[in-house]
Amino acid sequence: MGEEILSMQNITKVYPNGIVANNRVNFSIIKGEIHALVGENGAGKSTLMKILFGLESPEEGEIILDGRKLHITSPNVAILNGIGMVHQHFMLVPSLTVAENIVLGSEPRKGKLFLDMDKAIKMAEDLAEKYNFDIDVKAHVKDIPVGTKQKVEILKALLRGAEILILDEPTAVLTPQETEELFKELIILKEKGHTIIFISHKLHEVKHFCDRITIMRNGRSMGVYNTKDVSEEDISRLMVGRDVILTVTKEKARPKEVVLKVRNLTFVNEFGKKALDDISFSVRNGEILGVAGVEGNGQRELVESITGLLKCGKNKILIEGKDISVLGIKELRDLGISHIPEDRMTYGVAENLTIEQNLISNTYDKKELNNGFLMDMKKIIETTVQLVKDYKIKCNSPKQTVKMLSGGNIQKVVVAREFATEPKLLIADQPTRGIDVGATEFIRTKLVELRDDASAVLLVSADLNEVMELSDSLIVMFEGKIVAYFEDTDKITEEELGLYMLGVRKQNNEEIGGVVYE
Amino acid sequence: MSKNLKFDILRTALAIGIALLIALVIILFVSKEPFTAISQLLLGPLGTVRHFGNVIEMTIPLVFTGLAVSIMFKASQFNLGAEGAFFFGAIGASIIAMKVALPIVVHPIVAILVGGLIGAVITGIPAILKVRWGASELVSSLMLNYVALFLGLYLINYFFRDVSAGAMVSLPFLETANLLVLIPKTRIHFGIFIAAIMTVLAYYYLYKSKRGYEIIVTGENIKFAEYSGIKTGKVILMAQLIGGFIAGAGGATELLGMYTRFSWQALPGYGWDGVIVAILARNNPILVPIAAFFLAYLRIGADLMSRTTDVQNDVIAIIQGIMIVLIVATSFLSKYRHKMIFNEAKENLGESAKEGK
Repeated sequence: MGEEILSMQNITKVYPNGIVANNRVNFSIIKGEIHALVGENGAGKSTLMKILFGLESPEEGEIILDGRKLHITSPNVAILNGIGMVHQHFMLVPSLTVAENIVLGSEPRKGKLFLDMDKAIKMAEDLAEKYNFDIDVKAHVKDIPVGTKQKVEILKALLRGAEILILDEPTAVLTPQETEELFKELIILKEKGHTIIFISHKLHEVKHFCDRITIMRNGRSMGVYNTKDVSEEDISRLMVGRDVILTVTKEKARPKEVVLKVRNLTFVNEFGKKALDDISFSVRNGEILGVAGVEGNGQRELVESITGLLKCGKNKILIEGKDISVLGIKELRDLGISHIPEDRMTYGVAENLTIEQNLISNTYDKKELNNGFLMDMKKIIETTVQLVKDYKIKCNSPKQTVKMLSGGNIQKVVVAREFATEPKLLIADQPTRGIDVGATEFIRTKLVELRDDASAVLLVSADLNEVMELSDSLIVMFEGKIVAYFEDTDKITEEELGLYMLGVRKQNNEEIGGVVYE
Repeated sequence: MSKNLKFDILRTALAIGIALLIALVIILFVSKEPFTAISQLLLGPLGTVRHFGNVIEMTIPLVFTGLAVSIMFKASQFNLGAEGAFFFGAIGASIIAMKVALPIVVHPIVAILVGGLIGAVITGIPAILKVRWGASELVSSLMLNYVALFLGLYLINYFFRDVSAGAMVSLPFLETANLLVLIPKTRIHFGIFIAAIMTVLAYYYLYKSKRGYEIIVTGENIKFAEYSGIKTGKVILMAQLIGGFIAGAGGATELLGMYTRFSWQALPGYGWDGVIVAILARNNPILVPIAAFFLAYLRIGADLMSRTTDVQNDVIAIIQGIMIVLIVATSFLSKYRHKMIFNEAKENLGESAKEGK
């Protein structure tokens, strides 16, 4: 065992909304290891790392680096002490090049005033070479794929002399192939003497290549383990305190009539690119049709077209035979569409309003909740209290504001609202992204229940496990086109799917045409 | 009472306290008779029935414009047209009061309704520009206030001027139009009841009706509102039409209650003050009358102070400025608030640990 280079002792952090994110947490790492920090969402992993990186200040506790007590008051202090962090949401300037982004904040100058671009490019290239990163430093960040953006973030941290590198859920946005590549690179970093803290809740990744693991639950540390001594099941039990069934039990689908028909749908975006290119498929009630694909291959445009956020052409999308091109969102919802949006904080909730107010946003004008000119407050309270109970939304009362809740509970608010109207068609866009295992399991089970109650479900997800686990049939999107259709999801493997998602393979038109029912 | 509200009240009170304190210190330095000045500022309005009456008289228009601004701000529409709406509403009501012969009771009602409708037009124009073409309502409403001012003056000075009067004033109102004065020795008029009714209506509309719910949701997160099926364009327009109506009706009420002719030659400023009132009241209609009373009290106090001592009533501008800055600065007292939350969270942890055993 190597020497301990960093330890955090008795860290307590309380957020302004009263949530105790860390409760006397101890955490330490050894030089040259890859250390996994796992836990459900809201367990306090990100908070602990934000404290280490100087983004949050703890109420109690101390940080000791190389035997010295350290007050990390800002990210600058952290960087000066060799701590770097790659955030879950990239902090890059899209309109600048890779090299410019890497040197940003420590730019080489010509004279005092001007940026020495040649030197910047040289610096970035040398750095990429040193760590064996395959990257075009002259490309603009807006044009490069997500996996490459992440590399840029890592290089940025390395340029600033990061010895300890914190990666906050780095694989959340990557394809299986990109994830593989990232792991290889991290192992190179480790061999060069860097220490890596890897935040994740994907257990097989943790098991795969981390040396040690700290497990957090409810703001407390559940202990440190050598990865080889614990199984995935052990970790999962420590994380949630019970055995999590990560597979959803469901019977075979019994699809009936076609609810949603999409026919030859094409959408040209503002840059003149075909975001959707001649898409056709059907969804029947009683089935879940999954849409797999790397993000940015037209899924968003597809969802927005069906849910009315984007306008589409005549007779391209029909719901129970009705052309939706002339309908507003209100009319679509009245038709029986529900929508779990991809970006829950922007579209799914108004965070400053109460749980109650958020739960009635699609029913507030219905007769049941109104009493002439005024709303029937008693009825609203009854309804929302019931929803909070049914959907196990963890809160003190429905009068709490939504922003006080954890990610998983916020998503439950969205799900409760969208499911409560007993929709004919549900569009679920990344329904469990970034939420804890417990909430994920709950939402997935509810999705299957909804299907069994004869709703048609279109499930869009970048989480391969999720689409494969939940969908009855599956289509794969690549560059705005449907490139594959699998009638029975059970018959495909993750690797096979990856090949279609990355455009390596493509089915012929006849095979793809199988998803069109009349 | 929720913790947030308690904290908000505490913060507002402290902001007011600090602002007053600073003003008092300034007075202490600049005045030769600081104690008279301070007592006039703080206690002057309570001195006589007439002075206290002045406070109430000023509260009435402030309630109207405070409500108007609150509703527009609640929808996140920073429409400053309440000033123009108030002014032009008063012009509209004056014309009805001068030229249209109607029976008693009916006459002021018609005049106030007309004033309200004209006010709705004034705030409605920036609203339409916003909904239709995305023009910032802040800029266009601000500019429009001056259009309203000069168009109004043009109408009064060219078509309704009383040439026999010594000053630039309109013809006198018909007597049937005037609002009843309620308390002798003051000019407190029937408008106080109209303001009270408006307050209650605005509260119920905003917090208890589905249209108010739409305004609140749209104001908090317009994308979420749209996603939920709320027709946000309509909501934005509606909020501003209602705001303009209330401000216009306020202008009409003010004029019929306090004057017998139209005599303003500049914007009266109640619309701007409405913004201060709305901020003090946190856009909550129920708190608007309290905020309006407070602001009116300060104004009258400062007025009395400047009349009887050597301190100018501009001091009031300092008080207002400090107050508003402290109230809208979200991080003011946030450390204290955080400590409060931290202690409470710790207590809860202790309790749940005990229960665990």
